[in-house]
Amino acid sequence: MTATTTEPVDHGPVSLDGGELREQTRLEKAVGPETARLLRGIATNPLSVTGIIVIVLFALVALFAPVLAPPPKENWPRMQIPRDGFRADPQPPGSPWNKNAPMTVPWWYRNIWPRQEEWVHLWGTTSGQYDIWYGTIWGTRTAFFASFVVTLASTLIGVTIGALAGFYGGWVDEGLMRIVEIFIVFPSLTGALILASLLTPVFGRSVLPATVALVIFGWTGYARQLRGDILATKQRDYVLAARASGAKDSHLMMKHVIPNAMFPTMVRISLDLGAVVLSFAALSFLGIGLPEGYADWGQIVSFARSWILTLDEYWFIIVFPGVALLLYGLGWNLIGDALRDILDPKLRGKKA
Amino acid sequence: MAAYIIRRLLILPIILLGVTLLIFIFLQALGPVERSALYVRDIPKTDRQVEAIITRYGLDKPFYVQYWNWLVGIEDGSTGKRMGGLLRGDLGYSRTGREEVIDVLVRRFPATLELALWSMVPVIGFGIWLGIKAALNHNRPVDQTLRIFAILGWSFPTFVFALLLLLVFYAKLGWFQPGRLSIAFSQEVLRPGFTKYTGMMTFDSLLNLRFDIFIDALRHLIMPVVTLMVIQVALLLKVTRSAMLEEMRQDYVTTARSKGLPEKLVVNRHIRRNALIPVITVAGLTLAGLLNGVVITETVFDYPGIGSWAAAAAVSLDVLSMLGYALFTGVLIVIANLIVDILYAVLDPRVRLS
Repeated sequence: MTATTTEPVDHGPVSLDGGELREQTRLEKAVGPETARLLRGIATNPLSVTGIIVIVLFALVALFAPVLAPPPKENWPRMQIPRDGFRADPQPPGSPWNKNAPMTVPWWYRNIWPRQEEWVHLWGTTSGQYDIWYGTIWGTRTAFFASFVVTLASTLIGVTIGALAGFYGGWVDEGLMRIVEIFIVFPSLTGALILASLLTPVFGRSVLPATVALVIFGWTGYARQLRGDILATKQRDYVLAARASGAKDSHLMMKHVIPNAMFPTMVRISLDLGAVVLSFAALSFLGIGLPEGYADWGQIVSFARSWILTLDEYWFIIVFPGVALLLYGLGWNLIGDALRDILDPKLRGKKA
Repeated sequence: MAAYIIRRLLILPIILLGVTLLIFIFLQALGPVERSALYVRDIPKTDRQVEAIITRYGLDKPFYVQYWNWLVGIEDGSTGKRMGGLLRGDLGYSRTGREEVIDVLVRRFPATLELALWSMVPVIGFGIWLGIKAALNHNRPVDQTLRIFAILGWSFPTFVFALLLLLVFYAKLGWFQPGRLSIAFSQEVLRPGFTKYTGMMTFDSLLNLRFDIFIDALRHLIMPVVTLMVIQVALLLKVTRSAMLEEMRQDYVTTARSKGLPEKLVVNRHIRRNALIPVITVAGLTLAGLLNGVVITETVFDYPGIGSWAAAAAVSLDVLSMLGYALFTGVLIVIANLIVDILYAVLDPRVRLS
C-alpha cells in the first residue's frame, strides 16, 4: 500500500458533530466532508448570513450602477462623478439638478422612489457640486475593484513566498523571512501612503498607485501565516505517516500540507477584503492617487474636510458614503469572523 | 537570556539597513529629474541647471553608488565639504515643515507621543478587561455583544468616525475643538514664563502648575484619543479573548479544577497569567497600530504631530519628509518589537530555549 495512490479516497462514515458514526449526506458526497461542514457552517451562522446578504446587495448595486445612477451622456467616463456647476457650498439632499443631470430617468425613479419626473441630487452635493448619490453608487465598483485586486495579488505573492519558505526551509526560509521582516517594520498604511505617493507621478492619477502600494505592503501577512501553517502541518502525524510510507515531497506538499494550511489563509482573505477597502479609502481620503471627482467613497468624504465648522449642516457628505464604506467592510468582516470560528480546528466538534 | 538579547540586538542593524534599502528602492520608481528634487532647495530655473544638479550629485550613477552617497553624503567638488548623508544625521530639508526634517521630527514628535501615551493606557486596559470578560462568558450574551462590538470597531473607517465625532461634539454641541490648544493658551505657552520640559502639553502644564492649560489640552486630546482607541480596543479584545479561550482548554486548567481549586483562583492564577503572554506581544504592536492611526486622526483633528505632517508631505510629494518619517517610525517600531521580544522571552521560558 503506497500513499501515492491517485484513487479518490473513500471517507466512509464520518463523525463530525455528535460522535456516533453516520452515513455521509449527499452534500458531503458531492464536495467532501470538510467543505460540506464549511458550507453548512456558513449557511447556519447568523453573522455570516448577514455578511453575505450585505455583500450580495453591494454586488447588485455595482452591477446595476448604470440603472441606479445613469451617467449624463452616452460617452461619459463612467467613474467620473458629474458635477452640477462649480459652487463651493454643498447642496442638501433633494435640491434641483441643473447641469450634467442624468440623461435618462429610469423606471424605478419615476414609479417607486422618489416618484418624480426630474432628477434631483438625491443625497445632495459636495463642495464643487459633485453628486453624492452618483459617487456612492459608482464607488461600489471602486471598492470591489480595490479589495479584490489587492487581496488576490497579495494572496498570490504571499502564498508563493510562504510556501517556498515553509517547504524548503534552511537559507531560503531565512532569506525570505528577513525580507518579510523588513516590510513589516512599516505599519501597512504608512508604507502604502509613502509608496502610493511616490508612484503617483509614475502611473499618473488613477486607481493604480494606491492599489500597487497596498499589494506591496499587503502580502507579508499571507507569507508568514502560510509558512507557519506549513511548518506546523509538516509535523502532523498523518504527514509523517505518509512520508514514512514513501510519499514524495511534491505529493506530500500538494496533497496534504497545502490543502490543510489553506483554511487559515481563506479566513485571512475574507477579513482582508474588508480591511483593504478601508486602507484604500483612507489613502484617497488623504488625497493620494485618485484624480479629483473619481467615484470613490473615501474621496467624497474628504470633501467634508473643508466644512468642519458646519459639519452638522453638511452631514450628508460624511454619512452616505461613510455608511457605505462601513457596511462593505462590515460585510466581509462578518463573513471572515464566522469562517474563522468554523475553520478553527480547536473549536471543531464543540458546536454543531 | 543574555545571548538571546544579544542575538536580537545584532539583527537590529541588518533590519535598519534593509529598511533604508527598501525606501531607496522605492525612490528608483522616480526618474533622475524627479529625484533631483531630493537635493535641490531652490527651484532650478533652466533645464541645464537640472542636468548640472543630476551630474553633480551622481543621480544618474548606478543604484548602489547612489545608495552609498545617500548614506554617507557627497563631497562638494568646489568647496570640499561633505553634504547630506543619512549616517551623519542629515535627513535633508522638509518643504512641508519649512525646516530641516530632523528639526520637524524633534518639534512634532512629542505631540504624537502624547497622543499615543494617552491612548495606550485605556486601549490596553479596556482591551484586556473586555477580552477576559468575553472569554469567561464564552458564547453567552456578553460574549456575543462584545464580539459584535469588536467587528464593528474593526470595520469602522477611522476618518468617518473622526468626522462624526467632529460633527456631534464640535459642530453641534461645541464641547471639544480640533487642534492642540485654544488660541489664547497656544500663545501663552510660547512665552518665557512657560517652561517646556517634555514638549507634551498635558505634562508640561502640570509641571508649570497651570491647571487651566492642562484641562484645555485634555479637552483637545479627547476626540483623537477616542478615535485611536476604537480599532485598537477591538483588536486587543479579540486577541485576549482567544488567548484566554486557548488557555482554558489546557490540561493544567482541568487539573487545577479537579484538585478542587476555587474558580476564582483558577482564572486569576492559572488562566489569566498564561493568557496574558501573547497579549503582551499584541499590546506592544498597538504602537504600530497607533502610528498607522495617527496619520489619519491627526489630519482630521488638525493636530500638529508627525502623522499630519506625513500626510501633508505625501500629498505634496515631499520626498525628503516622507523618507524622514518612514525612517523614524521604522526605527521606533524596530525598537518596540525588540522590547516586546525581550519581554516575551523573560515571561515565557519556552521562547528562550528554542
